[in-house]
Amino acid sequence: MLALFRRELQIGVRTGNGALTGVLFFLAVVAVIPFGVGPDLNLLARIGPAILWIGALLAGLLGLERLFQADREDGSLDLMLLADSRHMRALTVFVKCCAHWTVNVLPLVVVTPLLGLFMNVEPAGILAATATLAVGTPAITFIGAVGAALAVALPRGGLLVSVLVLPLTIPVLIFGVAAARGAVADPDPFLPPFLILAALMLFFAVIGPLAASLALRWGGD
Amino acid sequence: MMRLAAEGLGGERGGETVFSGISFTLGEGEALTVTGPNGAGKSTLLRVICGLLPAAEGKVQFSGGGDAFPDVASACHYLGHRNAMKAELGVEENLRFWQEFMGEPHLPPFEALEMVGLGDIGHLPFGYLSTGQRRRASIARLLVSYRPVWLLDEPTSGLDKASDAQFADLMGVHLEDGGMIVAATHLPLGLKGARELKMGEAAG
Amino acid sequence: MGSGMTNATPQASTLSGRLTALANPTRFLALADSLVPWLGGLALAVLAVGFYMAFAAPEDYQQGITVRIMYIHVPFAWLAMFCYSLMAISALGTLVWKHPLADVALKAAAPIGAAFTALALFTGSVWGKPMWGTWWVWDARLTSVFILLLMYLGIIALTRAMDDPGRSARAAAILTLVGFVNIPIIKFSVDWWNTLHQPASVFRLDGPTIHASLLWPLLICALGFTLLFVTLHLMAMRADIWRRRVVAMRRLSARAAERAAR
Repeated sequence: MLALFRRELQIGVRTGNGALTGVLFFLAVVAVIPFGVGPDLNLLARIGPAILWIGALLAGLLGLERLFQADREDGSLDLMLLADSRHMRALTVFVKCCAHWTVNVLPLVVVTPLLGLFMNVEPAGILAATATLAVGTPAITFIGAVGAALAVALPRGGLLVSVLVLPLTIPVLIFGVAAARGAVADPDPFLPPFLILAALMLFFAVIGPLAASLALRWGGD
Repeated sequence: MMRLAAEGLGGERGGETVFSGISFTLGEGEALTVTGPNGAGKSTLLRVICGLLPAAEGKVQFSGGGDAFPDVASACHYLGHRNAMKAELGVEENLRFWQEFMGEPHLPPFEALEMVGLGDIGHLPFGYLSTGQRRRASIARLLVSYRPVWLLDEPTSGLDKASDAQFADLMGVHLEDGGMIVAATHLPLGLKGARELKMGEAAG
Repeated sequence: MGSGMTNATPQASTLSGRLTALANPTRFLALADSLVPWLGGLALAVLAVGFYMAFAAPEDYQQGITVRIMYIHVPFAWLAMFCYSLMAISALGTLVWKHPLADVALKAAAPIGAAFTALALFTGSVWGKPMWGTWWVWDARLTSVFILLLMYLGIIALTRAMDDPGRSARAAAILTLVGFVNIPIIKFSVDWWNTLHQPASVFRLDGPTIHASLLWPLLICALGFTLLFVTLHLMAMRADIWRRRVVAMRRLSARAAERAAR
């Protein structure tokens, strides 16, 4: 399993484009918001955490369709499914998700503080947004794995994966934004939504890989 | 005594039955070549045997594998049309990954590459190799981890004559060690004493 | 360069044709090897003088010590635009004259340009915090420089996305030329729109409005950073040519192993 994680990281680093494209998309999404709502810094500060979350959510969905497709195209997926009795399929999917998150989504979390400055969010809010993204985005990857597994055999499944996955990520978005805003807006609490977010992430860390491995099992051809 | 047995196997593709009623038994050191025209279901049969596709009817059993090979999937090396190697990684890196992932280490990656005549270029990224070299690298994958059963789908496509003979030798050694081979092919593989299963005539 | 490529014998295979195309980059490599140490040393010397003068220059009576950020911020911003202009010229070289060195020049310049743009934004932000009370505002100058950074990153992503260097160079060249419209917008944004960022004070038709005691250190710092940029660019081009050769040699050795096996 460690070997699989290492291999996925190596591939991600050698191609190196997924992370750059994701971060660029994140930057671009956040950069167009002020054009849409106007450069009013107070308004931007208020909606900042939400914008960061939506941007990270959309950027986190990029490249998800390649999660299994690349392995299916070169035949690796067959061998991974065959190894079921040595490495449980769901565990293989889980490790692939973790590697995907490390390569493609972790950079988004890293640039979040910078984008928070662009949106004029105050320091506590930036910290909260980064923390909620670090905890919440793995859930998006785990949910996305289900969509990626369902669409693995489709030639242009990219958009379909996003459409399938977006509705499922809404609870994550709700609690992520609630916690991020709770750190700034005074009456709202930070900790309860943050803990619910963490619980959601752990829940999807189990459900997502299980469902994805079932989808791969029965979607074989 | 290890044994691979199929009873009344049927397979379907896209809801359409491609073959049915296929039975065979393989003991240690025995080989089966599956022949037939395109579309006869050779590839489907191999995928049904290892469990990548569900069998429409009948079943496949593997017995005598002990703890290491409790079921069919765990006892099989599957060499499909695709090579299961990453173009970005080095040839040897690819092999080392599969060895660690599949367990039951057999030959070290470097020796496996020597066996298929790629000893000098193990450090190159897989993407730089020619079609024949890629095929040979994925044949080397059969050697890095031990599996009693080799399921081979057109294993020699893209190979030249010399590599063909080399591969026949490797298969011979595997059979002598008590392995089993099921190979779908339309080219003679040079396997001595292999039984032949003709598909596409009886099953339609 | 063009004549160097046509010297290839007609029956040469594509591979040896590619090797011939590298023949002139060989001359470039020799030139770069001899220039880089001198240029690097000169850049450091000029920067040392520039920094010394910058710290000897009088402080602004309003801004105090923070005005010294100007001596790095302004050169970074100039270089961000200079590098993009250089890339646009390289893009013309790629598309019109099909010069292989132009491909390399464009590809090698993009990360350096992105770094200078990011530094310009960062130093500007550090300067803006005490002056304007905020790290960032969405005014015309700042936003257009931010878009410049996005374009640099996009070009980097594009040059890295494709395996075939020729195709990726043409794609990047087209993108660079299309994006060039942003450069005049950045330059004149402070004049066209009413922005928080101060208007141009050095490159003006009616002469600089900045006092000579501040202007000279600034110009020398700018010269130093420009020399530094040229050094870095030559080094990056050299590295990229070597990288291409390593790829070509690895492909060759795969072919050689194929022949040896027969």
